[in-house]
Amino acid sequence: MPRSPSDGDEANRISASRFLARPRLQELIDALRGRGYRVIAPVPRDGAVVYAEVESADALPRGLRESQAPGRYRLEAATGDRVFDVVNGPGALKPFFFAPRETLLQVRTDAAGFEASETLPETPPTAFLGVRACDLAALGVQDRIFRRGRFPDAWYEARRRDVLVVAVNCVRSAATCFCTSFGTGPEAREGHDLVLTEQEDGFVARSGTPAGAEVLDGLSLPPAGAERVEAEHGALVACAEGMERGIDTEGFPELLYARLEHPRWAETGERCLSCGNCTAVCPTCFCHDESDEPALDGSGAVRVREWDSCFDRDHAQVHGLNFRPHIAHRYRQWLVHKLGAWIDQFGESGCVGCGRCITWCPVGIDITEEVAALRTEAP
Amino acid sequence: MNPLLPHPAEIVEKHSFGPDIHAYRMVLRDPAARPLFDFRPGQFNMVYVPGVGEVAISISSDPEEETLEHTIRIVGRTTRVIAEKGVGDVLGLRGPYGNGWPLENARFKDLLIVTGGLGCAPVSGAIDYVFRRRANYGHVTILHGVKKAADLIHRERFEIWRREPDTTVMLTSDQPDRAWKDRTGVVTELFEEVAFDPIRTQVLMCGPEVMMRYASHILEQRGLSRERMFVSIERNMRCAVGLCGHCQLGPEFVCKDGPIFRLSELDRFFRTGHL
Repeated sequence: MPRSPSDGDEANRISASRFLARPRLQELIDALRGRGYRVIAPVPRDGAVVYAEVESADALPRGLRESQAPGRYRLEAATGDRVFDVVNGPGALKPFFFAPRETLLQVRTDAAGFEASETLPETPPTAFLGVRACDLAALGVQDRIFRRGRFPDAWYEARRRDVLVVAVNCVRSAATCFCTSFGTGPEAREGHDLVLTEQEDGFVARSGTPAGAEVLDGLSLPPAGAERVEAEHGALVACAEGMERGIDTEGFPELLYARLEHPRWAETGERCLSCGNCTAVCPTCFCHDESDEPALDGSGAVRVREWDSCFDRDHAQVHGLNFRPHIAHRYRQWLVHKLGAWIDQFGESGCVGCGRCITWCPVGIDITEEVAALRTEAP
Repeated sequence: MNPLLPHPAEIVEKHSFGPDIHAYRMVLRDPAARPLFDFRPGQFNMVYVPGVGEVAISISSDPEEETLEHTIRIVGRTTRVIAEKGVGDVLGLRGPYGNGWPLENARFKDLLIVTGGLGCAPVSGAIDYVFRRRANYGHVTILHGVKKAADLIHRERFEIWRREPDTTVMLTSDQPDRAWKDRTGVVTELFEEVAFDPIRTQVLMCGPEVMMRYASHILEQRGLSRERMFVSIERNMRCAVGLCGHCQLGPEFVCKDGPIFRLSELDRFFRTGHL
């Protein structure tokens, strides 16, 4: 259900809003760095925007925007010097906390047996600047899996502990976006310490936590004023209303369970290459594998965790028996899990509507189109 | 304690059933860790070989025994290395994981235990558990089917169970050899020969899903509710703590929500193939 991008007491919103002129963005970066954070922000690299460490506001994708479509992503020059007009790139926050590859255990062996010890990462305090509402929601989804489950993950926790998030509300959506279907955007709702909304000459800034308020107060910014806050509201509404794609989640997960034998799976299975791009760019996909890598000198091994994908041929393989031998089975697993079973498992959808799986699919399979087809009863 | 850390455990006894199946009794190096491994029949441990890998293996000993037994069949790289291990060697254990058989709420009921193929280890521990507490249970019927006669392991265990009071044990082979003196055919054909009270009976099943699907269908036609049928589900279990995603079956993480499920709860996820 699309929701209004702004609610709450308008007067409060106005009084809480500050104005950060664009030339002063560097001050925000400096303030974060001054507090001991490394700052990670979107930067253009190799034809896309990725999250990387920045020291200067000049590293941000100034005067750029992207064009996204099923199977297509291009950075393009835009007029003006806005820095947050590129909605997203292939990378979300996920790799910063749930590492694509990491050592879990150090194992020493000797004649008497072995000894295993955990190798926890040492991650510096990190501030993320320019996090979209969808990625912020995805961070919450991953937190519920890795931090708040029956078995909290020590490696995820070690990376996640000391983090500050400066979100950016979306005033522009990509053609592949559908966050309004899940209520995750275009406005950041929770989980951020600070939030910015970009305007022609700067940013409306508000804090979401005491830590964020401290940073904001340190900048001594002028009030944004009613006019800017109203303009912000208008821009967020326009962004939400302008989103072309959507998923009707009515009846999930039951509706999807009732479609397990739908002929659409076989059709999409014919198109899908089972490459796993969608799971790699998905900000919530959490499948991984664990394996041992023996030391060459025979002194032991390291136990390593790496991202895995339900599109991998061996994902559901048990000694000679593959529960999902065909691509159609794997596509069904991915979609029904993401949009359906996830709700039963974690109390929320596994999709935040970022649209990455659409953009980065080499054959342009569109999850919104797939759901629309699945909603239709088979003939 | 990090749940992914394996505890060293020494093999104190090894019993081989042919070249491919071996049962290991193990003792934890650190005796203080033993209470962490208190388990219910049907639960499993991750058995670890340093430098090689981990496999999910159900615990086949009795919960009250000090040692932990795992019966391991060679099916891949890690189990092949385990097969080379013997008394005095050290493996890693972490666990126990999963939910176990509902044997407490089966007290004073009749049990119908249907197993197929080599994967009967998850049930044999439960059967021993029941017979050690014989007075707590009613009639016990054990139906076990194998493809080839040579696939039958633990025959002596079936012979011991056969001598228990108020117990029926029937074995069948689809491809018997000349020495085979038991039934011929698939395990579901044995249903015709056994009587059970649908209200008093609880079913425990373990084996290939095709067999369990067919068996549950026949039992349902004989008046048994799917609420009273429990199945042990096999899936690719890598982490055993519900985080790696491999063992999913519909909304279930088989490693932590299972591996034992009340059939009525699995419903269409059990009936739909290739999930």
